[in-house]
Amino acid sequence: MESHFSVRGITRTMLPLLLALTVIELGSGLVLDTVQGTLLDYPTLLVLVPVTIGMAGNLGSILAARLSTAFHLGLLSFDPTDDQLGGNAVATVVLAVTLFPLVGAGAWGLEWVVADPALPLGTVVLIALTSGVALAVLAVLVTVVTTYGAYRFELDPDDVVIPIVTNVCDVLGVIVLFGAVWAIV
Amino acid sequence: MTVREVAVGAYREALPILLVSATGGLFAGLVLGGMEAEIAQVPGLLLLVPAILATRGNVYGSLGARLGSALHQGLIDPAVTLRDDRLRGAVVAALLNGILVSVIAAVLAVGLLRFLGRPVAPLPTLVGITFLTGILSGILLTTAVVTVVVVGYRRGLNPDTLAGPVVTTTGDLVGLATLLFATRLIVWLGGG
Repeated sequence: MESHFSVRGITRTMLPLLLALTVIELGSGLVLDTVQGTLLDYPTLLVLVPVTIGMAGNLGSILAARLSTAFHLGLLSFDPTDDQLGGNAVATVVLAVTLFPLVGAGAWGLEWVVADPALPLGTVVLIALTSGVALAVLAVLVTVVTTYGAYRFELDPDDVVIPIVTNVCDVLGVIVLFGAVWAIV
Repeated sequence: MTVREVAVGAYREALPILLVSATGGLFAGLVLGGMEAEIAQVPGLLLLVPAILATRGNVYGSLGARLGSALHQGLIDPAVTLRDDRLRGAVVAALLNGILVSVIAAVLAVGLLRFLGRPVAPLPTLVGITFLTGILSGILLTTAVVTVVVVGYRRGLNPDTLAGPVVTTTGDLVGLATLLFATRLIVWLGGG
């Protein structure tokens, strides 16, 4: 059996990356641990945590996948006026503006069904929208920098960009969410 | 293409899948919201949530991608069986790595919180919880990924576009639901 499908071969490629990413994620967890009191006071915010983290990672990974495909096809140049770069960046921010208010309203609605949301609907929507837009801008920056780094170091962006972007966006997701909570609540 | 055309194309392509994964994420959040009592009772549990969820995504997303490529290359047969050496190798490696990394995360979390002088549950409690979560979520997610990829392939769908969404929508929900179950079990056994 070749190493690509042996337990040892897969572990040898995956484990170092998984451990490095776990250390990054513990940083994200440390932010949650620090604001644990606020989270337990307002459980609606707890509902927002996985979806905010997930959406940030998804926006980043979709952008990363699209940019690396454009890069492989020779369609991408690292120039702020580049069509692919500009168009995909704009789409990422507009997607965040569309989806995050829905996410905020959904979190409030679900919490309203099972318990007391403790925060007004408008506040939760505003927290979700503010963090979403900030995250979209950060996801664009992280993705472009990582894709450019992969290109400079002659690495395949498919292998390195998505795991880095997804996990960095996880940490940023938590930080930005609590930045927004701190500013609004 | 103009910037506008690229943006409209990218928006239309991504919106449906993001809506589906946002819905999955909200239900995962509902489970986390329901864990208030456990979070207060087991200090350090909340710190582990991002690491546990990301490990599920990284390990089982990679399993889906590996199986998708192998099906395209004809290296494995589209059948749900552990008799195939390659399929078994990929599944066992995903389970082992998922469990090992979760347990290491618990050890690191306890060390980190003790170093910072913050409250933290005993090491065996958190290791027990992450070990159990790793096993239970691993079995559920492996079954989901292998079944969806193999059945999808047989029906003529591209496994590469199936595996990602399945893992992102079910991964967090399964991860948090098994974390809640494991925490309640360990606390009930006297580990809290």
